[in-house]
Amino acid sequence: MGAILGVNEDSHPPVLILFTCLLAGLVVAGLAGALWPKAGRGVACVCLLAALGFVAIALFGLLRAPSAMVLPIGPPGQALSLVLDPLAAWFLLILGLSAAAASLYALADAAHAAPRVVAGFPLFVAGMALSLLAGDGVTLLLGFEAMSLASWVLVGYGHADAANRQAARLYLCFALLSGLCLAAALALWAASAGGIGLDVLRAAPPDGWRAAVILALVLAGAGSKAGLVPLHGWLPLAHPAAPGHVSALMSSAMVKVAIYVMARLLLDCAGPAQPLWWGVPLLALGAASAVLGALRAALEEDTKVILACSTIENVGLIVAALGLAAIFRAADLGALAALATGAALLHALAHSVFKAGLFLAAAAVLTGAGSRRLDSLGGLIHAMPATAACAGVLAAAAAALPPLSGFAGEWLLVQSLLAGWRIGPLPMQVGLAAAVALVGLAAALAAAAMVRLYGLVFLGRPRGPRSAAAREAPPLARAALIGCAGLTVLIGLAPGPLLRLAEEAVRTAVRQNIADQAQLFLLAPGGGATAYAAPLLALLLAAGIAALYLGMRRYSPAEPVLGPAWGCGFLPAPPELPFGDPLAQPSAAGFGQPLRRMLGSSVLGAREVVTMPEPGDPAPARLEAGFADPVFAGLLAPLAALRDWLADRAERLRDMSLRRCLSLSFGTLVALLALLAWLET
Amino acid sequence: MAAFAALLTQILHLALLLVLAPLLVGVVRWLKARLLGRRGASPLQPWRDMRKLLLKRPIIAESASVVTLAAPYVAVAATVVAALLVPSFTRGMALAPVADLLVLAGCLALARGALALAGMDAGTPFGGLGAAREMAFAALAEPALLLVALCCAILAGSSNIDAIAAVFAEGALGIRVSLALALAALVAVALAENARIPVDNPATHLELTMVHEAMILEASGRHLALWEYQAALALTLWLSLLAAIFVPFGMAPAASGPIGWLVGLAAYAAKIGALALLLAVFESAIAKMRVFRVPEFLGAALLLGLLGALFLFVSTGLL
Repeated sequence: MGAILGVNEDSHPPVLILFTCLLAGLVVAGLAGALWPKAGRGVACVCLLAALGFVAIALFGLLRAPSAMVLPIGPPGQALSLVLDPLAAWFLLILGLSAAAASLYALADAAHAAPRVVAGFPLFVAGMALSLLAGDGVTLLLGFEAMSLASWVLVGYGHADAANRQAARLYLCFALLSGLCLAAALALWAASAGGIGLDVLRAAPPDGWRAAVILALVLAGAGSKAGLVPLHGWLPLAHPAAPGHVSALMSSAMVKVAIYVMARLLLDCAGPAQPLWWGVPLLALGAASAVLGALRAALEEDTKVILACSTIENVGLIVAALGLAAIFRAADLGALAALATGAALLHALAHSVFKAGLFLAAAAVLTGAGSRRLDSLGGLIHAMPATAACAGVLAAAAAALPPLSGFAGEWLLVQSLLAGWRIGPLPMQVGLAAAVALVGLAAALAAAAMVRLYGLVFLGRPRGPRSAAAREAPPLARAALIGCAGLTVLIGLAPGPLLRLAEEAVRTAVRQNIADQAQLFLLAPGGGATAYAAPLLALLLAAGIAALYLGMRRYSPAEPVLGPAWGCGFLPAPPELPFGDPLAQPSAAGFGQPLRRMLGSSVLGAREVVTMPEPGDPAPARLEAGFADPVFAGLLAPLAALRDWLADRAERLRDMSLRRCLSLSFGTLVALLALLAWLET
Repeated sequence: MAAFAALLTQILHLALLLVLAPLLVGVVRWLKARLLGRRGASPLQPWRDMRKLLLKRPIIAESASVVTLAAPYVAVAATVVAALLVPSFTRGMALAPVADLLVLAGCLALARGALALAGMDAGTPFGGLGAAREMAFAALAEPALLLVALCCAILAGSSNIDAIAAVFAEGALGIRVSLALALAALVAVALAENARIPVDNPATHLELTMVHEAMILEASGRHLALWEYQAALALTLWLSLLAAIFVPFGMAPAASGPIGWLVGLAAYAAKIGALALLLAVFESAIAKMRVFRVPEFLGAALLLGLLGALFLFVSTGLL
């Protein structure tokens, strides 16, 4: 690595020693949490401090030369090593910010935290941090697996509920799959490169069939962790099953660790020598994930499931941008490759902040109003004004509305897609045009999903007595929410400076410069042919609102009066329904109906069955509507059937006679010896 | 001097659009009435309605929140910002370098989001119904708009509206099939975004198929005036966008001075008048679709956009 990145020659750089201390602190905090469950508050404090330390280390890593350190521990012949380079630092920044918000929220909730949550949370954070700063494949896998196992413990926190147990089991299966695939990919690569260090791998990029296999394995391994279609089935089940702040961290930081692994292995280490098709699977799977995730987010009926599906959408957009960067680089369009990478990095940061905030808001709603179901919430803006205000900002960012943070990254992504027609063959051009349409569809569906989520949870009338008597979140939780909302506004207003900050990270990923496309107040890709000026837009919006407000004060001074809702002349509800007739308000399924009918039937197999009773029959008419993710019927069900079949076969071994048992052992022995003889030659 | 001219034309453009918006709605209504054999109200009627509404005291539903109070301001401001980006009688206004088609779409999405949330705020059945349909239609209109942007970006080199207008005005590109397809797609998107026939009927109230009017049922007084104004401004900006991209002739460069601006203004008036007449004729001749036929309509727009891009790929490949 030293040759390429100019690594700091100091063998024990203080910044990495600090990082190791923070990791050790997190592990000790995890153990302490396991031994003394009452230590929740202290553990959360340690996590908060460590997260802020990670932010500082990340800023150091982004601004200074890379540094590397070999740890005195590890498997024989392979000491673990840490590398802080700009790409890792950018994702460490993401982790630090999300973990700080989640820890602050955990601090508010520390008195009621379950012991396994107290113990698991710091280990989870430590695992993610370790895999980000790993300098070799073994450390990477170690951190990745620690992250997977710790988060599995956290997902299984509500294990009294069978659905949560099932979610945790499914999550463990997918975690195993992703670990196995990544280990296989790294082993294959290391075998041809002659070492497992990232710098060794970088020096020997794979080619031929090996490149294709490594691409497929990394896509399966990191993609299943990130929630890429078709390996996303676990995500909308497992993310919501964990406690609120853990869901926030899983959706904002953990999927980013998987994306980091993709960017590191497929863009940085695999090098510029890859062919044009190298990025195509990333782009195709990313676009498909974006649409499927957004569509599911617009149809689901549980706040946290909606947010998890929206995570699939955003992961899809980020991965599509990475794929696009690989395609551009293979086509020798360096500036566009840098632009697409910048889009991916910026959107990764923006998504982690607004998604962490939205999950924390969902957790505050669950605590304050007692439900995650959209059909029992409603009207919470009156009881939880601070949470509602923050959630409004965050949901607007998730809906990619300017001038907030979600818009800048998606704008960059679409701009780089719009320039994609310059790439050669016709199928590629058509595919990129289709990707433009899919990204637009995903963005608009995400906006629909966020309007639906916000409108059904915070606006309207309460749909149940519990949400009518909701309580505002405690001060620390509100502080976490306000922090996330403030950061979202800041990121939205300063995409240019942030891209400048990410400049070295972009250079690490694709060896290209992005600085000339990102100015202080302006994003100007392609030599300034067009531009997006977020601060100017915000200023104009604010000026417009202020002018309108003053004008209305002047020309329409009458104070509004309260009255019953008009509702096209619906009669007022009877007195036993103090919040009006609940049926006279859109339900979650009702609000999703247009999209379910327009797009759901083809993609999600949505169906609606109307049962009308015969005339004269007093039975009620029924409308049954639903949808199912095709991945369950298409992938998971056959896998489950295969598992049952294998188990059935294995069961038959029990009934074998002694003779057969002996011959089986003998046969195995002979086969192993034959294998050994073959390997020796 | 050039900077001053750019700024001055930007201010004149804003003033023009702000005054013109309700007038344009009045003209379209008047034209439709004449086509149907009625005398029709004066084109000034929307401005008179606006004044009347401003003088009335707004009534807020008891279940409504601060969203009802704030949303119309956000929506009108976002639409005004969007209108600032679309050139009318000159090119090269002060905001031309940032007049990006996607940013325009973002501003309109912001206005749409505010409108949908305002519709859901009171917790009445029609508001939610309208919001759900509006967001669903937008989900199909947005990709079509992006594909139109792709066609324009391939031909003009960027998605900047001003740059597109400049390249198309030179006429060097000639008449292209892709431009016709993109025009058809953009017209369909414009009809859907403005809640015009065949997607929605702007003249109906209290009908089960309505979309836009359903969301502002609870608005009254100045809030209703703001919503009406927002719709009028959005219509004006979409017509101006169509004129700027597909009929960019006669637009004066900002630096050409008052004479050039007057010529540009005359050309703009002629273009907008013709588009208003076309809209009125179209709306009088066509029936409104069922709500669930709208996806087919917008899907066709999406396919037209894709086809336009495809033709461009093939033709640029042959050159």
